[in-house]
Amino acid sequence: MYLIKEIKEIAPKIKKMVIDAPLLAKKHKAGQFVMVINTEKGERIPLTIADKNPEKGEITLIFQEVGKSTIEMGLRKAGEHLFDIVGPLGKPTHIENYGTVVCIGGGVGTAPLYPIAKKMKEEGNYIITILGARNKDLFILEKEMEDISDEFYQTTDDGTKGRHGLVTDELQNLIDSGKKIDLVLAIGPAIMMKFVSLLTKKYNLPTMVSLNSIMVDGTGMCGACRVSVGGVTKFVCVDGPEFDGHQVDFDELMKRQAMYKDLEEKALKKLLEELKEKEPCGGHHAR
Amino acid sequence: MPDKKWIPQPKKPRTPIPEQKPEERRRNFKEVALGYTPELAIEEAYRCLQCKTPTCIDGCPVGIDIPGFIRDIGEGRFEDAYYTLKKYNSLPAVCGRVCPQEDQCEEVCILGKKFKPVAIGRLERFAADWFMESGKTEDFKLEPPTGKKVAIIGSGPSGLTCAGELAKKGHKVVIFEALHKPGGVLVYGIPEFRLPKKIVEIEVENLRKMGVEIKTSAIIGKLFTIDELLEEEGFDAVFIGTGAGLPYFMGIKGENLNGVYSANEFLTRVNLMKAYMFPEADTPVKIGKKVAVIGGGNTAMDAIRTALRLGAEEAYIVYRRSEAELPAREEEIHHAKEEGVIFQLLTNPVEILGDENGWVRALKCVKMKLGEPDDSGRRRPIPIEGSEFEFPVDTVILAIGQGPNPLIQETQPDIEVKKWGIIKIDESGKTSKKGVFAGGDIVTGGATVILAMGQGKKAAQTIDKYLQSGEW
Ligand SMILES: Cc1cc2nc3c(=O)[nH]c(=O)nc-3n(C[C@H](O)[C@H](O)[C@H](O)COP(=O)(O)OP(=O)(O)OC[C@H]3O[C@@H](n4cnc5c(N)ncnc54)[C@H](O)[C@@H]3O)c2cc1C
Ligand SMILES: Cc1cc2nc3c(=O)[nH]c(=O)nc-3n(C[C@H](O)[C@H](O)[C@H](O)COP(=O)(O)OP(=O)(O)OC[C@H]3O[C@@H](n4cnc5c(N)ncnc54)[C@H](O)[C@@H]3O)c2cc1C
Ligand code: SF4
Ligand code: SF4
Ligand code: FES
Repeated sequence: MYLIKEIKEIAPKIKKMVIDAPLLAKKHKAGQFVMVINTEKGERIPLTIADKNPEKGEITLIFQEVGKSTIEMGLRKAGEHLFDIVGPLGKPTHIENYGTVVCIGGGVGTAPLYPIAKKMKEEGNYIITILGARNKDLFILEKEMEDISDEFYQTTDDGTKGRHGLVTDELQNLIDSGKKIDLVLAIGPAIMMKFVSLLTKKYNLPTMVSLNSIMVDGTGMCGACRVSVGGVTKFVCVDGPEFDGHQVDFDELMKRQAMYKDLEEKALKKLLEELKEKEPCGGHHAR
Repeated sequence: MPDKKWIPQPKKPRTPIPEQKPEERRRNFKEVALGYTPELAIEEAYRCLQCKTPTCIDGCPVGIDIPGFIRDIGEGRFEDAYYTLKKYNSLPAVCGRVCPQEDQCEEVCILGKKFKPVAIGRLERFAADWFMESGKTEDFKLEPPTGKKVAIIGSGPSGLTCAGELAKKGHKVVIFEALHKPGGVLVYGIPEFRLPKKIVEIEVENLRKMGVEIKTSAIIGKLFTIDELLEEEGFDAVFIGTGAGLPYFMGIKGENLNGVYSANEFLTRVNLMKAYMFPEADTPVKIGKKVAVIGGGNTAMDAIRTALRLGAEEAYIVYRRSEAELPAREEEIHHAKEEGVIFQLLTNPVEILGDENGWVRALKCVKMKLGEPDDSGRRRPIPIEGSEFEFPVDTVILAIGQGPNPLIQETQPDIEVKKWGIIKIDESGKTSKKGVFAGGDIVTGGATVILAMGQGKKAAQTIDKYLQSGEW
């Protein structure tokens, strides 16, 4: 059982949760994640440790409410307990002074990006950040990212903030401006990482992505999270989550992510109905 | 009760065990075999000859006094039978159910020469179940505290056994388990219909009563390394019982299609995460109409029979050798057939074919024939040229074996490993690193519950000696 110390909405449908977990706060390294079980009957869902405070013994998770588990977790209150958390999992990011690192965050992908970018900055890298979102309200960790960036750009699909367009447009712009780029780090929806990787491949820019495959145990014993990297099957939870973006078969990843779509919808529908019964006026989650 | 004269009745047919009917049980998760009643148990016990030099004992990896506990049962002293078993085997309710008896104790029971062997496993199960149901509390004889602390990594049968033995010796024991529930394969792998989870829970609870502390969701290699356990966390010795949980894939085309599972994933979703209760439980599992499991061991049987219970209309075992080589327990093969599983023997998949959306649509297989025996003594399957055929299925589960979990070996390179990452130990259970011991599937590769327990027990004896003498 893990005490929830704080929970708040930081953008529409994106929640930040601060949890009392001293050992995890002490052991975590940038790039690693945890498996969270909300309630006794809950799934094990992977979430990145977005921030930590080892002195206070706290970790921060930032999650987007996309389905049953994350919506239900978003309804939890400070003072309640999460059923279980296991971690830290996955290989920590290899951090060194590369030179200039472009950090690209798409949507909630900024949450896993932040601790890595922060560490990269501490190592003396020149950090260029590009954050992308559908509209201006959906950005998270803007201030935190801006603080650690040497250059900071934003893009929105609808033009409500920053460049009107996609993160790849901004990246193309940087490349065209002749800037020397030593590493591109992209974390976000699979489709975004795919297009970033396709672009950087053209210019031979080393590219690291962090994959969000479906997981069960997160410890390497089930193979649910397998992806093809360079034609070889890898387990995201133990071999990753970071891989060379030029080697990843993103189309396969996206197909596998959709494997339980119908069942997920069923679970979500049931949850929304239950919530409606509790809150006759509809509740803010009823659609 | 005074000892009666023992008049064995070996010619009586082996006493059948009451079971759920195949038509019923193929769609529910309740236990298949219901167990002997006291009358049936006594009847079966009396088939035993009470041999002066019992051969059966040699067949049992932990050397249980088999005639001893059978005599206890025959004479109605069920509690005595339980304690006789417990002297050798800390999990009799589990072993009575899952040991491959036909290759162990029952294989060498003298009765087997002329008649059917005594149903040793069923009797063992009876004694253990009787004790659990009697509501009696177990009398643990614990030695006074020694002040020594031992870390056990993994809570499968090897770790549980090692923990129990060390607790009895008065050592402080802490088990670290990666998953959120203790029990290893007994909880995430072997299904409820073969081994009710309640039994594992009771055994784990017993360990707690003995003072063993169990830390779940604690992965050694991530949360702590073994060095940290020894140097910073105050442990005097460490036992590694992390099992063989790494699922193997075949390396054929199409393995990453949707609808393809490792048996580990499939069984973990259903057993540990309770996907059979979806959407009451949150973890989903996908099961098609036509399900093929590749492999012929216990894991394969568990997977296919689980698929049936989740509603599969057609259930196939695809195995590359013949019936005689199927490595699963005899009883499981028999049960699977009764439940309607179809065995596609001498058949090997060469590719998994998908549809345009990335879902499995068929298996491409080749027919096999048996050649000369290989290293394992089993006849080697050879593909028959030109025999390829397509076999429409919508779910494929790979149950072709598991390798040792690699996490410990990666983070602790000073522990010597053999081929495939199997941890090397000497005959007493010591690894190459001082203060560190190992046992179970992590040192044997996928084996059996009783072998894992035997090794856990052996290591506990060595650990106890080491803690007392300090000598390596
Ligand atoms: C290493 C890693 C780190 C992640 N970090 C974050 C993070 O910091 N913040 C965040 O918002 N999200 C993160 N995710 C994604 C997050 O795990 C999923 O959004 C979440 O599991 C969805 O669960 P759900 O029940 O709410 O939605 P569902 O309705 O179950 O599914 C919605 C979508 O989430 C994906 N998903 C479902 N179940 C799982 C699962 N068990 N594992 C992974 N993906 C799943 C599916 O592709 C599906 O399309 C991470 C994923 C991975 C693999
Ligand atoms: C589906 C299936 C059916 C089977 N059926 C039978 C049968 O009928 N009869 C039979 O005799 N045998 C059977 N077996 C084999 C038997 O279950 C195993 O041989 C036995 O469980 C091995 O015990 P173990 O203690 O070595 O490891 P396991 O039972 O594998 O337990 C190891 C435990 O260690 C944990 N762990 C791993 N790494 C770490 C880490 N780094 N930190 C903390 N914890 C860790 C794991 O989560 C796991 O809980 C079956 C196996 C499977 C998979
Ligand atoms: S532990 Fe297994 S091998 Fe030994 S007597 Fe019992 S059933 Fe037979
Ligand atoms: S060998 Fe068979 S008959 Fe003889 S003691 Fe053992 S179980 Fe009884
Ligand atoms: S999630 Fe099970 S192996 Fe990666």
